[in-house]
Amino acid sequence: MEKPVVLAVRDLRTEFGPAAHPLVAVDGVSFEVREGEILGLVGESGSGKSITLRSILGIVQPRGRVFGQILWKGRDLAALDETRLRAVRGREIAMIFQEPMSSLNPLLTVGLQIEENLLAHTDLDARARKARAVELLDMVGIPAARSRLGDYPHEFSGGMRQRVMIAIALASNPRLLLADEPTTALDVTIQDQILRLIQSLAEELGMAMILVTHDMAVVAETCDRVAVMYGGRLCETGETAAVIGDARHPYTLGLLRSIPRDVPPRTPLYSIPGAPPALSAMPAGCAFTARCPVAGSDCRDARPPLAALSGGRHVACHRLPEAAAFFSAREAAR
Amino acid sequence: MSAVTLPAARPSRLKAFLARAFAKPAFVTGFAILVLSLALALFPGVLAPYDPLAFDLDAIQQGPSLAHLFGTDNFGRDMLSRVIWAYSVDMQMAFFATVFALLIGVTTGAIVGYYGGIADMIFGRCVDAIITFPFLVLVIAIVAVLGPGLVNMYVAITAVNWVYYARLTRAEIMAQKANDYAAAGRVLGYSDTRIIFRHLLPNAISPVIVYWMTDMALAILLGSSLGYLGLGAQPPAAEWGVLIAEGRNFLMTAWWMSLTPGIAIVVTGLGFSLLGDALADLLRPKGR
Amino acid sequence: MPSLSYLLARLVQIIPTFLLVMVFIFLIVRLLPGDPAIAMAEAKATDAQIEQIRRNLGLDQPLPVQFVVFVKNTLTGDLGRSIMLKAPVTEVILARLPTTIFLALYSVVLAICLAGPLAFLAAARANGAADIAIRSVFQVGLSMPVFYIGLLLLTVLAAKLRLFPVGGYGTSFLDNLYHLILPALSVALYTSAIILRNLRASLIEVLDADYVQFARAKGLSPRIVMTRHVLRNAMVSTVTLLGLSIGNLMSGTLVTETVFAVPGVGRLMLEAIFARDYPLIQGLTLTFAVLVSVVFLLTDVVQSWLDPRLRQS
Repeated sequence: MEKPVVLAVRDLRTEFGPAAHPLVAVDGVSFEVREGEILGLVGESGSGKSITLRSILGIVQPRGRVFGQILWKGRDLAALDETRLRAVRGREIAMIFQEPMSSLNPLLTVGLQIEENLLAHTDLDARARKARAVELLDMVGIPAARSRLGDYPHEFSGGMRQRVMIAIALASNPRLLLADEPTTALDVTIQDQILRLIQSLAEELGMAMILVTHDMAVVAETCDRVAVMYGGRLCETGETAAVIGDARHPYTLGLLRSIPRDVPPRTPLYSIPGAPPALSAMPAGCAFTARCPVAGSDCRDARPPLAALSGGRHVACHRLPEAAAFFSAREAAR
Repeated sequence: MSAVTLPAARPSRLKAFLARAFAKPAFVTGFAILVLSLALALFPGVLAPYDPLAFDLDAIQQGPSLAHLFGTDNFGRDMLSRVIWAYSVDMQMAFFATVFALLIGVTTGAIVGYYGGIADMIFGRCVDAIITFPFLVLVIAIVAVLGPGLVNMYVAITAVNWVYYARLTRAEIMAQKANDYAAAGRVLGYSDTRIIFRHLLPNAISPVIVYWMTDMALAILLGSSLGYLGLGAQPPAAEWGVLIAEGRNFLMTAWWMSLTPGIAIVVTGLGFSLLGDALADLLRPKGR
Repeated sequence: MPSLSYLLARLVQIIPTFLLVMVFIFLIVRLLPGDPAIAMAEAKATDAQIEQIRRNLGLDQPLPVQFVVFVKNTLTGDLGRSIMLKAPVTEVILARLPTTIFLALYSVVLAICLAGPLAFLAAARANGAADIAIRSVFQVGLSMPVFYIGLLLLTVLAAKLRLFPVGGYGTSFLDNLYHLILPALSVALYTSAIILRNLRASLIEVLDADYVQFARAKGLSPRIVMTRHVLRNAMVSTVTLLGLSIGNLMSGTLVTETVFAVPGVGRLMLEAIFARDYPLIQGLTLTFAVLVSVVFLLTDVVQSWLDPRLRQS
């Protein structure tokens, strides 16, 4: 039995700059998150994944403009005003950021930064807030939690700060956690710890999560389903195992081939040629055209729809057979 | 060798830089103001409508009009012409009150920044002590001892002002010293003097030049203030601050005598600071 | 709060600096060309009279001896006698100092009231029409010497419109506020231009900072985000700048006191200079240096109170 959908994003579009010729950072993105599920949102930097998360919470405004529907338990967040949205932010949907070094206010104690969240979203009194703050720090694995409430962010290491940020995000028992590359800025050894922590907390608290990352290995390890983003659009979605085992979109294929997996040493890795297009130079058709090994003339002008395949998968590509042929030929050559 | 030699400003790069500069409205405005100011300073006789010293007893204390844009003073002298003749003194002030401070400060800053150690420590204490005095207070205390007048004013300002250039240069040199090419120069056996002045300084100088622009604006403000207080240029020398002070007694009856010379101060100061800001913008390393 | 040991450490650091300050003051009067005794004497004074003055000032002693005497006297609060006012320098200065401090504080408050809201307005829509307008006006303000701003205000507000008094000093607090508004405003306009520039830049930076985005993502009210996360952080550098511009502020009050005939230490300094009253000049220069040091120290304290990262060492 499938769990109910908690978040349904439909045709999300986020623009910046002048309305006449806007820079479109997120373009027609649709996906769903089910209760307790972890959705991986994968893509290179600049692909619009972080902006998608910030659009859900409505914190890209006032500089960005958000269109489309963001249905949270049936309620459209995109249509809510700032005051009502604030009641959802941090309480029902929480977010953690990429940079633990710059995401905590350097001038305030860690305790205050947790407690202000509790003050905004719960009825707890000062004593109870403090107790809850200790409990939270304890939960995310900060030793001697009670004695550290009065400490400032600079007195914690990077990994510990990320734990603090998670504690802040979890303060009011959110049902959905938006995690924006939570491990990218950390040392490799710490990355894994934090990832496991988030994963186990999500499971424990029955919390759904959108995990933004550029790392397919992280997705494989953590996520139930995955959505691959490129140039502000989705190019492939589906169950993690299915997408990783049997990728269809040339971008996903390229991304997976660029990670060393079960290959003998000194095998040259595939690397996707070129760089992602600038927001101001997005082609009318498929955003991946310029870097795609199998792109044809139609790709540049006609935008491929995110079409359903079997097994609940979706892919947006005009040239699926060519892509499969190209990459299997490479595989065979090896 | 190539790792050590500087990326010198080749003609094409200079051209590109000027093209970028002249695309900036702030730069163009500042540049235009300064060219005009310089012209007024060099050729006041050509550009002033009247003889600044000619009494016209039929036109005493007349308000601004088409004949006398800035009005006339209590002897019927044309204020605009007096303000224009004052350009040469005030533009000189901008230059002489800063250029020696620049030279002394940059040299000192480069040396203490490069060698560090005890010299740097003594320098640090001196800086601390000098910035403990309000700038104007220290300058007028020195002027008080030397006696009022333009040259003494330059000496007094330089005595205080070099510290600011030295501090800036020192910081820049220390940042540059950490770069590879400085180490490369040492490995190649260049003399310290050569490394400091041929290699490090040219790379460290641009913030100093930017500051110099702003400082020339400040020098005009300071110099005219001293002139106003009676400690700078001495009457009958035409200097904006002095002109303003002369008009002060007629503030109620002939406000233009005091207020019109200020226009020249504001416009010239604006010219220097616009140019300084634009240069700061242009010379800032690109990218975030 | 910063610890007591931090404060003590800062105080100890000041001592060598201050000793050097004393050396400078001492040398300015004694080493620069021009003999203070001759300068102070009347034009027709005889050599014997000049010698008498020199002996009274202790100028016949060797320099190191003079310096030790100078330091010792200063530490006991004895700054000599003013020649023009024929009274102890300390007494003269202390009588005039409150006016200057009042004026300086008044201008700072005015400057903050003026620059603060405008910086917010400018930063909220950086490079928008309001931002450009505000910055242009203050750019012009930065090019105006304080004495000229003073004369402008004097002409327009006091002489033409008769809104405010032309000068002088009041007798009560409110009276002072009224009497000193123009002199304070003259200095404040210049100071506010400096504050605005800095506060606008740091507001733009802070508004964009990750921790402010995170604070918003926590669902905090805009008021809390603004005061606790934006303002406080943006203030750190502005407070530093404000503290460091105390020298400018003092220079400004010196000029404004002269323009508006306010009986403070700034005007006294100028009077002393024209009267060649060396003991008074020396005492006043020292007073200004002390004021600046005190403000530097206060700035440090406020800064370390605002920013916990500065509390170590």
